[in-house]
Amino acid sequence: MKISGAEIFIESLKKEGVKHIFGYPGGVVLNIFDLLYDNKDIQLILTRHEQGAVHAADGYARSTGKAGVALVTSGPGATNTITGIATASMDSVPIVVFSGQVPTMLIGNDAFQEADIVGISRPCTKYNYLAKDVKDLSRIVKEAFYIAMSGRPGPVLIDLPKDVTASKTEFTWPEIKIRSYNPTYEGNKWMITQAAHAIGKSKRAVIIAGGGVILSGGSKELRELAEYTEIPVTMTLMGLGSFHGNHKLSLGMPGMHGTYYANKAIQGSDLLIAIGMRFDDRVTGKLDAFAPNAKIIQIDIDPTSIRKNVRVDIPIVGDVKRVLTLLNKILKEDVKEQWAEVRKAWLKQIDEWRQKRPMTYTYSDEVIKPQFVVEKICELTKGNAIISTEVGQNQMWTAQFYKFNKPRTLLTSGGLGTMGYGFPAAIGAQLAYPDKLVIDIAGDGSIQMNIQELATAVINKLPVKVAILNNRYLGMVRQWQELFFKERYSHTKLDESVPDFVKIAEAYGAVGLRATKPGEVEPVLKEAFKTKRTVFMDFVVDWKEKVFPMVPPGAPIDQMLFEEPEEKAEKKLKAVK
Amino acid sequence: MRHTISLLVENKFGVLSRISGLFSGRGYNIESLSVGETIDPQVSIMTIVTSGDDQIIEQITKQLNKLVDVIKVVDMTELDHVEREMVLIKVAPKQEAKAEVLRIAEIFRGRIVDSSQATYTIEITGDEKKIEAIIELLKPMGIKEFVRTGKIAIAREGVKKG
Repeated sequence: MKISGAEIFIESLKKEGVKHIFGYPGGVVLNIFDLLYDNKDIQLILTRHEQGAVHAADGYARSTGKAGVALVTSGPGATNTITGIATASMDSVPIVVFSGQVPTMLIGNDAFQEADIVGISRPCTKYNYLAKDVKDLSRIVKEAFYIAMSGRPGPVLIDLPKDVTASKTEFTWPEIKIRSYNPTYEGNKWMITQAAHAIGKSKRAVIIAGGGVILSGGSKELRELAEYTEIPVTMTLMGLGSFHGNHKLSLGMPGMHGTYYANKAIQGSDLLIAIGMRFDDRVTGKLDAFAPNAKIIQIDIDPTSIRKNVRVDIPIVGDVKRVLTLLNKILKEDVKEQWAEVRKAWLKQIDEWRQKRPMTYTYSDEVIKPQFVVEKICELTKGNAIISTEVGQNQMWTAQFYKFNKPRTLLTSGGLGTMGYGFPAAIGAQLAYPDKLVIDIAGDGSIQMNIQELATAVINKLPVKVAILNNRYLGMVRQWQELFFKERYSHTKLDESVPDFVKIAEAYGAVGLRATKPGEVEPVLKEAFKTKRTVFMDFVVDWKEKVFPMVPPGAPIDQMLFEEPEEKAEKKLKAVK
Repeated sequence: MRHTISLLVENKFGVLSRISGLFSGRGYNIESLSVGETIDPQVSIMTIVTSGDDQIIEQITKQLNKLVDVIKVVDMTELDHVEREMVLIKVAPKQEAKAEVLRIAEIFRGRIVDSSQATYTIEITGDEKKIEAIIELLKPMGIKEFVRTGKIAIAREGVKKG
């Protein structure tokens, strides 16, 4: 029996196990939307902006490990997805975006709502398709999901001309084979053996765990490696959750706003084991001063990540989980060391660094410190919530003070640094996990970039909690202006233009709460977590607070700025216990 | 250093733009590029001449390999190989230089593929040095324009030594 392209779209998504799509309708995708009107298997979540739809699909994908799906119309609908696609691309998130396109006859004619989205999205997708013939559609969909999910995951876009969704053919679900696409999963055994021996010889080893550990599901193997060889672990922003944040071997995050002791450990190490991380400039600081005495082992599924920024002595291309499984086996069988003895001096040294400069801030009774809010959220949720962030100070304080202990519990735009990501991403995660506590830790600037998604959360009864650290500034940029631009706060002061978030929440039918004193933080959080509705929490925080420690741009990572001396002189109530 | 990179790619629309986009997006330069079908009409072969230090070339070959439509990448510079390029040169020599132009063409084993009252069009095939050399020699005679194909390259087969 012949069915239409729109029906093939639905059937193909069913085959891929898709239950939810995030999207926004428009002229050329009407054939598909008509079928979604009464479809029982696939639910479309209408966002209020296409960017929100893609971020929601991204949050769904990051929290579940399954591909997220978005469906938008042509032209502006399609171009609005680009920020979301680029966000997913930088962080290796599997999403499949379907964009409508004008009928094939009109392509290239500057038709109404036409945009060359295949051309526009080419540099920020892993792959993309223009489905020109309905006979190819099911194969294209199957390939798209396969490409998005396999190897180093990433976004795939399929452009669907209107006539293709209307024309009919037999539905088939073909076997696919892409001869030019063969990701490497198994690491080279000889190289892995070299790595094992290097670990055996090292005295001052450090593991840097990145997002690849989470993507490959290799947290258990990572923990086994760290505990067996007694090597401390620092987790990049994308790697938070891959290793228990409260583990005695955890060093927290490295890099620009990382811990002093993680950065000192990297700089002092004789062996760096980089696992599923790509040496982003926010991690390395000044490149030629990075880990000067370390041999470097790098494990990554993407060969282009290896030796892109730093020299690598032992490169291993492969899936993190599989490589670590073999590495652990070889270590246990062939490299028997008295690990505790070997690492004793090194771990003691790191502890001294930890004592000298703990990750801390100066508590105040008068005004809410943003770090205090994050710390309270961590305490009340016991690290068990799914946390999303926006971008800027809110993101860094979350990374510093929320102790992530499970993979896929932090949703944050690490690579692209997209403001407005966190709220729609939280909506996507909440849809996947209706019973979990999902919290977006936001800033007053970022939240306004996709605030319209309040409607999406409320109408779909998604009880997302948004904790706005409201400092009336674009805080991270303000911080740079204060430190490096002679306190000239060019266009970062939002001040009286910041809207009343409680009223905004209420206007959309959500709950709005506010805390202005430190004593109100916990009651507000508790009340928010108790309710089954969408909540905006407006935490009016100290606008002067900066993210410390900080590596100034261009400096080696162990040359860090800390809180100013006079602030330091104040009681350090919140020093690490 | 200059490298000649040979690519087997799927013969699909959009492939060229994926490859050129890879170069332009990273600020790498393509010095020449030529594309043609292979014995399998679904596969095209591209020869790209680019330059960069070892790290850049390693990134280029890895990034090319990573593209979904690229089947195989070979850096010809690392192999024993044959390179050829063709150029069509339109020369407009003065009357007294006409014989000299024909003589140069002959020395370089060129062919006259078109001639008019004022011009000769010469076809020359060879490696880069040869092409550069004839262009230099003909310049004083009055080159009107020339068009180069860009380099193509093929690996040499090993010769078994008995």
